[in-house]
Amino acid sequence: MRREGPAAAATATGQGRGTAEQGPEPTSGRDARRPEAVSFEHASVRLGGRTILHDVSLSIAGGEFVAMLGPNGAGKSTLVKAMLGLLPLAAGRAAILGQPAGEPNARIGYLPQRRNFDSGTRIRGVDLVRLGLEGARWGLPLPGLPSQRRNARRVAEVIELVGAGDYAREPIGQLSGGEQQRLLIAQALVRSPELLLLDEPLDSLDLASQAGVAALVRRICRDEGVAVLLVAHDINPILGFLDRVIYVAGGGAVEGRPQEVITGETLSRLFGAPIEVLRASDGRLVVVGQPEAPFVHGDRHA
Amino acid sequence: MPEAALFQGLSWNLSSDLQQLFSYPFMVNALEAGTIVAVMAGLTGWFMVLRRQTFAGHTLSVIAFPGAAAASLAGLPVAAGYFSFCGLGALTLAGIAGSRRSLSSESAAIGSVQALALGLGFLFVSLYRGILNGVNSLLFGTFLGITRQQVGVLLAVAALTVLILALAARPLFFASIDADVARASGVPVRLLGLGFLLVLGLSVAETSQITGALLVFALLVTPAATAHELTARPALGILLSIAFALGVTWLGLALAYFSVYPVGFYITSLSFALYVLVRLARQLRGRSQRGRPAALEAA
Repeated sequence: MRREGPAAAATATGQGRGTAEQGPEPTSGRDARRPEAVSFEHASVRLGGRTILHDVSLSIAGGEFVAMLGPNGAGKSTLVKAMLGLLPLAAGRAAILGQPAGEPNARIGYLPQRRNFDSGTRIRGVDLVRLGLEGARWGLPLPGLPSQRRNARRVAEVIELVGAGDYAREPIGQLSGGEQQRLLIAQALVRSPELLLLDEPLDSLDLASQAGVAALVRRICRDEGVAVLLVAHDINPILGFLDRVIYVAGGGAVEGRPQEVITGETLSRLFGAPIEVLRASDGRLVVVGQPEAPFVHGDRHA
Repeated sequence: MPEAALFQGLSWNLSSDLQQLFSYPFMVNALEAGTIVAVMAGLTGWFMVLRRQTFAGHTLSVIAFPGAAAASLAGLPVAAGYFSFCGLGALTLAGIAGSRRSLSSESAAIGSVQALALGLGFLFVSLYRGILNGVNSLLFGTFLGITRQQVGVLLAVAALTVLILALAARPLFFASIDADVARASGVPVRLLGLGFLLVLGLSVAETSQITGALLVFALLVTPAATAHELTARPALGILLSIAFALGVTWLGLALAYFSVYPVGFYITSLSFALYVLVRLARQLRGRSQRGRPAALEAA
């Protein structure tokens, strides 16, 4: 049973609805010829003999802020790992920053799905951030070398950028989830990547922290010109910041602007089951009727 | 006078006591061996505590016991037994870690290896039937009769492992606290895990020769755990860990020389006392410092 191409699905539903106008301003000002940060063509991924994703095509442009949504176990983290070359494609093509997946990892900032550091973790945030810069280097640095001072300056800079200056020198295990997440984003940013892959950075954060971190990611995306792929469970905290969304479910994926993708029509086709999208009076979206039912978008707000 | 009974030959005059310590070649050898072992154990131990592999470390030290017993049985130098068994043990543990399904099954598998090792040690000791006096020193350590040659071997192995750890320090640190990100940054996480277990095996084999197989932890874990309690800075923590290991080793050897109690007892008690003191101090300080203003979350 072949599904329609994702691009077709998204544009097909794009016109029908006049809701629009609640995403960010359209990205038309951006240079259209900018090289693509991520491009998957008809990609399939198999894990343990099972096909997790089949015939997925998607793209993320340079400097774009894209969220990847979908129910648990749909293969969101799997896609991120495939972008890093940690999982091979069973079929199809993947180009990341213009290179085969796995090769440009030095130009990618990656924040895996966490796990918070437990309170016994006696590592300072600043050391964690610094590992992002020089953790893969062999040998010991001589203190006082110009490169060491330069690295220390860069670490201080990104810590300032994420607003973690007040607590970066404390053991990370003693910080709150939101504080840890900011430092982890700083770690992912420290090498000035062209692409940020953030796997569920908002998970297990309280609402205020979710909004804070989402705003931070938006700001980084704008100011530093980094393409961002943010994997999320719930679209509502990030809805106002996004350029586009990729919705992963049922082994496939659909991409497009949020108001095009998060519709009953598109999602029903993706899931192969009737799905309803409800819009609350404050603009929040609630997706109803997913096959793996118990999860509902926006359930944390209820 | 209880002191006279406890500390024979102690004049309570520091310089003459030190002179006395260094006047016997066997004592000089012991202090040199102790110094080498303490530096190595402090360094490796810091990484072991960081990686939460103390159970693996303990298992390696238990594996050292049948190694030493088998070597005595075969008429080989005890050190050969320590090194070969700890090396094999490290490979076994790496195999378990590589094939593990979950953390709990890993620790169960390591535990089973540990039990087998103790059983084998018991077998070799029974087969030996010689002067069983040796068993005590295999398990609990001795500083008597360390030869120049042994000191040379200890130094060579320690230099090798310190060099390896210095070269791999940053990637190993990265892989230890953040394996996923390290892997994505091109750090060979698996290779480092195997390499570290081998280094740990070598350290245990060296430390066993001073503290005995069962008391390895006094040098490998306690100083490192104390350092981790005191500071979250990696470089400072490693230096403190080495300093604590050196301190308790020197003091332990000196106390053992002047008294009737074994060196293993002194080293363990000293490092334990240090650990307890530091923990208590931290708890007291933590109580007075509670209430750090929570940093603002919203941007």
